Amino acid sequence: MEIPGDLRFAPSHEWVRVNDDGSLTIGISEHAQEQLGDLVFVETPEIDARCDAEDGVAVVESVKAASDIYAPVAGTIIDSNADLADSPELINSDPYGDGWIFKLMPDDADAVEALMGPEDYAQMIESDD
Amino acid sequence: MSLRTPLYQQHLDAGGRLVDFAGWQLPVHYGSQVDEHHAVRREAGVFDVSHMTLIEIEGDGASAWLRRLLSNDVARLVDGRALYSCLCAHDGGVIDDLIAYRIDDHHYRLIVNAATRRQDIEWLQQHLDDDVSMRVLEDTALLAVQGPQALERVTASLPGAVPGCDIPDIDPATLARFGFVSAGDVFVARTGYTGEDGVEIALPAAAAPGLWNALLAADVVPCGLGARDTLRLEAGLALYGNDLDLQHSPVESGLAWTVDLRDSARAFIGRDILERHKTTGGRFRQVALVLQGRGVMRQHQRIVLNGEDIGEVTSGGFSPTLQKSIALARVSRPVEHGCDVMIRDKPVAALPVPLPFVRNGAANL
Repeated sequence: MEIPGDLRFAPSHEWVRVNDDGSLTIGISEHAQEQLGDLVFVETPEIDARCDAEDGVAVVESVKAASDIYAPVAGTIIDSNADLADSPELINSDPYGDGWIFKLMPDDADAVEALMGPEDYAQMIESDD
Repeated sequence: MSLRTPLYQQHLDAGGRLVDFAGWQLPVHYGSQVDEHHAVRREAGVFDVSHMTLIEIEGDGASAWLRRLLSNDVARLVDGRALYSCLCAHDGGVIDDLIAYRIDDHHYRLIVNAATRRQDIEWLQQHLDDDVSMRVLEDTALLAVQGPQALERVTASLPGAVPGCDIPDIDPATLARFGFVSAGDVFVARTGYTGEDGVEIALPAAAAPGLWNALLAADVVPCGLGARDTLRLEAGLALYGNDLDLQHSPVESGLAWTVDLRDSARAFIGRDILERHKTTGGRFRQVALVLQGRGVMRQHQRIVLNGEDIGEVTSGGFSPTLQKSIALARVSRPVEHGCDVMIRDKPVAALPVPLPFVRNGAANL
């Protein structure tokens, strides 16, 4: 199970990458995509939308079920992955790369520090199983 | 409560992701539900359906009794043929859907759902006649091998895999759809739940792993409950608990064709109300929908027509063959020109289509 060392994780299985300009790229973990199964539809958030931490901002649907994707921290949506409209399976095949879901400019740059590091996340999914 | 089928170890060996289903530990998939779905549409897949309940009905009164209990008419059957029927309550609500196999005039086999096992057995026992006996088969496995290559691969695998099994003929030219053959403890029926050709094989639990392994060696793909659901939905086949329930008659759930009224003297349970529904319509009707906008239809989403709530999705999902969202819905008014489905509080347009969505592996739209 791949868990990249440079990412932070939310308890609801979103990963967060801090970009050079201070923005955050967000997707779902390898573990989450495996639990969901083959993805068939993604509803990405509106650009410029405001969100609080833990707001549902996107939806991913697999053959099995729909799941909300939550904003890990408060901020403004600045981009969403247009490729997912035609290729939702990118989240299955490359969850940490081409399967990213949206970008967010956080209100507070330090807010990500409250999220889990890779070791804590690994421990959390291990205790879930 | 977590029962294991005789193929539990085989599921683990094949990398199955096991879930609880009606009290049984069964694989939802072995890696990719969509790949398994396509394998059945294009070649062949095998499903462990040993959780289903097999009931032997025997006695001089077997035929007459089933003609009273089932809304479809077993008098249409000859030996070696099966039919699909609902088991209805007195008010026409559906207790279960099942397949009845006529071995001979005094001997039938019923295959019923796992989730309804207890209610089915209670109902059958309560209504048993003196000249009929029933017996639930234990230690029996049931495998469904489905897909355009299924019969060929079963023919190649079965004799070697099951010692002493000399099934006479599973040639598609001689074994008709809904026909079956048996030899000793092995029973092969040309039935299924995927919309593809294929067979369902009942055999002693101890012989099941050998057959499973032989089928996998013959490139039959192991398939889980997930693919079973998307395949049956594309085929427009009802799922008890979703599309069928005690609150609605078969006519209201798209199964008017299974209510056989031709023998006016046949007094089957629920006949009065089912006859009325069939002639003047019930409160609801079933409609098959294809979503026009983006999203995925799911069970219990509301159906709206001109601003009015007229029903709900009973089974919905994403069709791997059509690459669109499809659904079965129960509605109180006709929707010839389309309707809206409420997906996360937003109306999304859907159009009615004839069933099945998919026939012989290809779109039927």
